[in-house]
Amino acid sequence: MQKLMLLGDEAIAQAAIDAGLSGMYAYPGTPSTEIMEYVQGSRLAAENDIHRLWSANEKTAIEAAIGMSYAGKRAMVAMKHVGLNVAADGFINVAMTGVNGGLVVVVADDPSMHSSQNEQDSRFYGKFAMVPVFEPSNQQEAYDMIFEAFDLSERYRVPVLYRITTRLAHSRSAVARKEPLKQNEMKLPGDPRQFILLPAIARKKYKGLLRIYDAIANDSVFAGKNIFIDGKKRSLGIITSGIAYNYLMENFAGTGPDFPILKVTRYPINENQLRKITDTCDKILVIEEGYPVIEELLKGYPSTDRVVMGRLDGTLPRDGELNPNIIAKALGLNDLYGSDIPSIVRSRPPSLCKGCGHADVYNALNEVMKEYGPGKVFSDIGCYTLGALPPYNAINSCVEMGASITMAVGAADAGLFPSIAVIGDSTFTHSGMTGLLDAVIKNSPVTVIISDNSTTGMTGGQASHATDRLEPICKGLGVPEEHIVVINPLRKYHEENVEHLRREIAFRGVSVIIARRECIQTASKRKRKESGR
Amino acid sequence: MKNDIILAGVGGQGILSIAAIIGLGAVENDLFIKQAEVHGMSQRGGDVQSHLRLSDREISSDLIPYGSAEVILSVEPMESMRYLPWLSAKGHLVTNSNPFINISDYPDTDLLLAEIRKVPNSVIIDADTIAKDIGTSRVANIVVLGAASHFIDVPYKSLENAIRQLFGKKGEEIVDMNLKALKAGFDAV
Ligand SMILES: Cc1ncc(C[n+]2csc(CCOP(=O)(O)OP(=O)(O)O)c2C)c(N)n1
Repeated sequence: MQKLMLLGDEAIAQAAIDAGLSGMYAYPGTPSTEIMEYVQGSRLAAENDIHRLWSANEKTAIEAAIGMSYAGKRAMVAMKHVGLNVAADGFINVAMTGVNGGLVVVVADDPSMHSSQNEQDSRFYGKFAMVPVFEPSNQQEAYDMIFEAFDLSERYRVPVLYRITTRLAHSRSAVARKEPLKQNEMKLPGDPRQFILLPAIARKKYKGLLRIYDAIANDSVFAGKNIFIDGKKRSLGIITSGIAYNYLMENFAGTGPDFPILKVTRYPINENQLRKITDTCDKILVIEEGYPVIEELLKGYPSTDRVVMGRLDGTLPRDGELNPNIIAKALGLNDLYGSDIPSIVRSRPPSLCKGCGHADVYNALNEVMKEYGPGKVFSDIGCYTLGALPPYNAINSCVEMGASITMAVGAADAGLFPSIAVIGDSTFTHSGMTGLLDAVIKNSPVTVIISDNSTTGMTGGQASHATDRLEPICKGLGVPEEHIVVINPLRKYHEENVEHLRREIAFRGVSVIIARRECIQTASKRKRKESGR
Repeated sequence: MKNDIILAGVGGQGILSIAAIIGLGAVENDLFIKQAEVHGMSQRGGDVQSHLRLSDREISSDLIPYGSAEVILSVEPMESMRYLPWLSAKGHLVTNSNPFINISDYPDTDLLLAEIRKVPNSVIIDADTIAKDIGTSRVANIVVLGAASHFIDVPYKSLENAIRQLFGKKGEEIVDMNLKALKAGFDAV
């Protein structure tokens, strides 16, 4: 079959389609978004009627995928690393229930935080949940290993975590496809109590999970897929994984290093394989993108009296992404450098687009807040977070999705008035609604501004669950109708909008301002489509 | 043979279509390719870059190591210098001279261009004017690609084929405009 030029994300999506996927579930999040987008754009996925609609958040996504698996079919979930925090309850408990149809949970980590709040390493979640983890290092592996991940999932009846990082997610290379597989037929679990985690059942299931995790670690077929490259020297041995392997090999282009290398592609790591390095090499260098997961494992090995180097002893930086140069330095190799960036080059942070409605919201809000002083506006994650930067300097928080409303409620509980939340429409349906219900129940004196651009802007304009539903949702949650106010954030309505904001902010109960104007990027995309260009 | 290219610009300026053209051209010549892109936050008007690597051998790293890029191709002058740590001693810097100003402390353009001229092997072209002469400033990207094509190890013919392949769906007129832009950029160097 002809090779395709695919992003790592797209390779995973194509592989899942080819591996007999029946349901794809996701909430957008950089760097994982393109997985679902690829499935949505795939003709084969449409012909095979693969489920491919966005979910409200990562928790609902993984739960729907568990349901698909319950019915015997193959399901995949994709999210960014912090999405797994939201989906963690489902993830850890589906390890307990086990699966019926194959279940692969793809998580894209973002070391160096290109578009994220932190650089958590999802491999920890694998260990925490006792779920096997696959970690490909290039686009072809990203494709091929999906087939193995589904197989393993169905063979051991466990969910599988599939971990990638930004540079693989968003790097393109040629990928060869395999012959597509058929989807599973619907088939209910053989044990009707498999998915019932009542304590008495759960205790038994947990013993089973412990056995399975051990069995996988000692499964020679599984472990045999880790790649061991022998070398003549024994003064140093290298253990590496994921994208870090590519950076390592870049330093030996054409020749290859002369010491042994173990490339870990799946976890739990088989002990005998580790020993090929730890028992025979004088020193061990561990090179991994993310947290020192393997390094800590080695340091905890009682029988290793060897020197273990890596992120923990300063051989590699403790945080941030790796690259070929960092590894060259760690190996004492010759390292090149162009020239420094001239001082005339200024930093160019992201900013709101010209004509963005969020800007008009902040201009109006800032005018009202002059009367109250700084420090009273909680915000959230999305394009509107750029309101934290000049010229707006309009918000005081961005922690995790949904936290604007609940933090405003907590601060109001502490006596802060006014206490204001600014949240995007997609973030609101992701996890703002439950917080608003809390506010209604205790009649918190908070004002929630939903800056509704009718799309999920930051991640590239995916459909938003909130579109056309915000007023009935707020009303249904119990916000008094006269305090649900819709405004149009345009400069020409500035005075009017300031008046609405001033009045609702002064109100000592729950009020919601819906500032609605379509994202200009989405609007121009839509218009181009409509005019057929 | 290896050819490491940094494509530079500002989010929204469309450096990915340049990458796609070079990529298609490389595929036609059976080269190995890796291309790391920036998606996400910085696409909102921040600085963006793509690492494009071509080789006749398998490529390991998705990122270009420092000091080893043969080409910096930039559609914006200030952005061209942000990637100097990656440029090899013999590498070429090719940039559009027209600034994209979306920050308040954007430097003086003359000072900026003077700084670029200090870089050995730098080429500055007024791609916007050349593009407008052809018919639309929208093809300024392709003008810069044409100028940089002297230093890119993909035959010029293959870049033309790639343009036909990529823009074919949009009609003959668009294809012609882009081919003209490529040629005008090529001739400007
Ligand atoms: C748990 C979690 N999931 C996903 C993301 C990625 N993410 C950040 S902003 C955003 C979109 C927000 O959309 P919306 O609230 O409509 O605001 P807009 O960007 O359109 O202004 C997403 C999906 C995240 N940071 N955290």
